[in-house]
Amino acid sequence: MKTCLVVDDSRVIRKVACRILNELSFETEEAENGADALVACQRRMPDVILLDWQMPQMTGIDFLKSLRRDSKGNHPVVLFCITENDPAHISEALGAGADEFILKPFDRGLIAAKLAEVGLV
Amino acid sequence: MNSHDFSYLANVLHRRTGIILAEKKTHMIETRLMPVVRRFGFRDIASLLKELHYGHEALVQAVIESMTTNDSAFFRDRKTFEEFRDIVLPVLKLARSETKQLRIWCAACAAGQEPYSIAMVLDDAKLIDAGWTITLIATDINSQMVARAQDGIYSQFEVQRGLPIRRLVSNFQQEGTSWRISDHLRRMVSFRTFNLLDSYGWLPDCDVVFCRNALMYFDLKTRASVLDRIGEILAPDGALLVGPAESTDGYALGYVPADSAPGLFYKSKPAPVRRLSLVK
Repeated sequence: MKTCLVVDDSRVIRKVACRILNELSFETEEAENGADALVACQRRMPDVILLDWQMPQMTGIDFLKSLRRDSKGNHPVVLFCITENDPAHISEALGAGADEFILKPFDRGLIAAKLAEVGLV
Repeated sequence: MNSHDFSYLANVLHRRTGIILAEKKTHMIETRLMPVVRRFGFRDIASLLKELHYGHEALVQAVIESMTTNDSAFFRDRKTFEEFRDIVLPVLKLARSETKQLRIWCAACAAGQEPYSIAMVLDDAKLIDAGWTITLIATDINSQMVARAQDGIYSQFEVQRGLPIRRLVSNFQQEGTSWRISDHLRRMVSFRTFNLLDSYGWLPDCDVVFCRNALMYFDLKTRASVLDRIGEILAPDGALLVGPAESTDGYALGYVPADSAPGLFYKSKPAPVRRLSLVK
């Protein structure tokens, strides 16, 4: 079973995302900020990460830069979940190692489609 | 909507477009007709259908357009575009290497996502840079969809469906909360409103025809007629790409299915070629 780490400071969004991912046969884990997500990745590197942009303690972009510096950090497919579609933000995240983007609010169809695009379902 | 009104509407739609209406979808039909009722100022659907008897063309066209399904997405059914890129295009590049001309018809283009996806694949192949002349014609029965396609402006929701982020950033410009297709891609496509039941005389001979997710709305006789006429404008070594739900139609009507490529058909059996792998 493939694993997904859902990183978001909103508990509601984490729960919604996990329910969708479970329905898509993913094993899920949650983290509420970038720092907790790094700890979770050191414990077990997931196959895919759903990553929020703005979070306390460590933002999504800072987490992503740290993740990609890790020796095993290139393994997860990172789907950035954003509320703004500013090309400058997108370019910055792509440069930091993001694989794809999902605009909030997302639904099952959108998550499934993006996972299919990156070859995970 | 009573059964008499449904029968009348179904008859008009079938006669004019070949599309078959299912009576079990009455609720959906009514939902689609209501904007037409409001636009033309009718009291209700029954009044609209009564007026339809008089054959006012603008009203008939509006009703037809309300009944067409325009759901689409960039790179919808990804495998189709991989087949086009990895199987169809390499063979045609060899076969047309002297004339350097390629003619492609996208027969049911909806709001333009499919022809622009084709344009992106062609752009990746750098054929125009290599001196090729590409004719990419996109048609749809729905004039409002054709107008939207020509504008090439899509919502965030639409660009999220099927379009990898790198393609979005490199092939679109942001306009507020929408995204506009790049000029060089828009210029590659010629759009036109066209009913697949009308004369194909204006079309050039084509090397590739995309006729996807349109045949499934027709009855068998109409499908056969459309596929026959596509066959008349398709080059002898041309390729036809249909939708996943339509993959048996071409086979049943004399096209030759490609090996291991669902939905891809040839007008005649192609010369054996080594399958090229150009996956990035």
